[in-house]
Amino acid sequence: MIRLTTPITEDQIRQLKVGDEVLLNGRVVLSRDMGHKFMKEQKPEWLKPILENMVIYHCGPVVKKNADGTWSFVAAGPTTSIREEPYQADVIETYKVRGVIGKGGMGKKTSEGLQKTGAVYLHATGGAGSLLAERVKRVVDVKMLEEFGSPEAFWIIEVEDFPLVVTMDSHGGSLHEIVAQQSQERAKALMA
Amino acid sequence: MSECVIPTLTSPEVVASKSVLPAGWKADLSNLKALDLTLPTTELLRRTTTRLPQDVIDAIVKGRDAEEEGSRAYNTLNDMVRNITLADGQVTPLCQDTGSIIVWVRHPFGLSQRAAKQQIRAAVAEATKRSWLRPNCVESLSGKNTGTNMDPFHEHHPAIHFEEWDKPEVEISVMQKGGGCENVGAQYRLPDASIGAGRDIKGVRKCIIDAVVKAQGQGCSPGILGVAIGGDRVTGYEKSKELILRKLGTKNPVPAMDTFEKEITNDLNTLGIGPMGYGGNTTVLGVMVEEMYRHPASFYVSISYMCWSSRRGTLTFKTNGELSFD
Repeated sequence: MIRLTTPITEDQIRQLKVGDEVLLNGRVVLSRDMGHKFMKEQKPEWLKPILENMVIYHCGPVVKKNADGTWSFVAAGPTTSIREEPYQADVIETYKVRGVIGKGGMGKKTSEGLQKTGAVYLHATGGAGSLLAERVKRVVDVKMLEEFGSPEAFWIIEVEDFPLVVTMDSHGGSLHEIVAQQSQERAKALMA
Repeated sequence: MSECVIPTLTSPEVVASKSVLPAGWKADLSNLKALDLTLPTTELLRRTTTRLPQDVIDAIVKGRDAEEEGSRAYNTLNDMVRNITLADGQVTPLCQDTGSIIVWVRHPFGLSQRAAKQQIRAAVAEATKRSWLRPNCVESLSGKNTGTNMDPFHEHHPAIHFEEWDKPEVEISVMQKGGGCENVGAQYRLPDASIGAGRDIKGVRKCIIDAVVKAQGQGCSPGILGVAIGGDRVTGYEKSKELILRKLGTKNPVPAMDTFEKEITNDLNTLGIGPMGYGGNTTVLGVMVEEMYRHPASFYVSISYMCWSSRRGTLTFKTNGELSFD
């Protein structure tokens, strides 16, 4: 088990390999469909200090506004990452992002982006919304809440021992590609 | 996080004590015009979003115990069990994607569908306000979130299906279908040369295998499949979703289909996709198939994929006024 705390250096990222189990600590920035389209098309400057050497989490949480005006996360598992495939590599490069958390894995373009910039794809258990929300210790801030709505906003959170698995590394390795190939071969045999 | 977790759900008494319904709440089915579905439906949603049906839990545990202890597949299924226990205990949503809300209402003559629709919408709004449901209804092009889980035109959010029946009871079923698994559903038009599928059960089998391989872990495997053979493009998909309401481990009433379901389930679990697509022996928890009628020129196979967190529930208003949740 590897403990990592954000911000993360390129050197730390380059040491990670597919299959490594990671417990992530520190700040994480949530972004999904609207955020990624926005980042690629408009490249807002104000996000640069927020994202540099940080980790993006593909997640649209269930949130609760507390009586004192602060926010809590009620459920916060990963959403399907492949929808961000057209944007992810550019986002990683523009904002020097070191990690992307999601589920289901991503494609070739993202894999190339991970290799070029020095970043990894970290897989969280899909559907484990309550379990993962428990590891969210604080909601630090939220950006674009009005414009995007709560599932799509840039939530900035602090996590503690957030359980992840490296499924795509910065050396071109991808567990998703291996499972896809093997299952396609098996399917061919079953359908013969 | 690899020690074997035993799923321990709170007792029916504890669940009842957390109910939004006042103790002793009764329905008067002799006066259907005055029946208000709002509170009971809110309670149904509270349960479906936080408590997984026992048959689904059993299937996940069975899958886990068939994986090698300490493997990624084992640990992932174990985390799912841990999440199930936690969500129930805390009354928090099992998954942050609380899905699109699909409702089936079966009722005797005399119930106003228009009133029922308003009451069900009110229940969905209330459950959203309480953070049991995430606001999941957005305007398609602008992406603007209505914030309430409802579309202003009272059309498809939530999607409500009504059926009048001969029984005196009123029955409401709810399904919370997440976007990730909805996206990996597939509809095939046979014959389909790209996968070599003809208009027969062998062709149907190829469609199912193809859909599951294409889905990989994206739909949050291990999934539950509803497969409608025939119908049209709308009724086929509609049926495929309704099939997911069936309990895992129950028999298909058509013996040939029952055999087919068991065989295809075993085949799919040799694909090696595993929980969340990490690899492993548990790719699907079950497959439900139904044959429909079709136009002679059309042969559709409609497949709905439900994630492992198969949130569904049925509420029955009994003639003695009591409610039963299943």
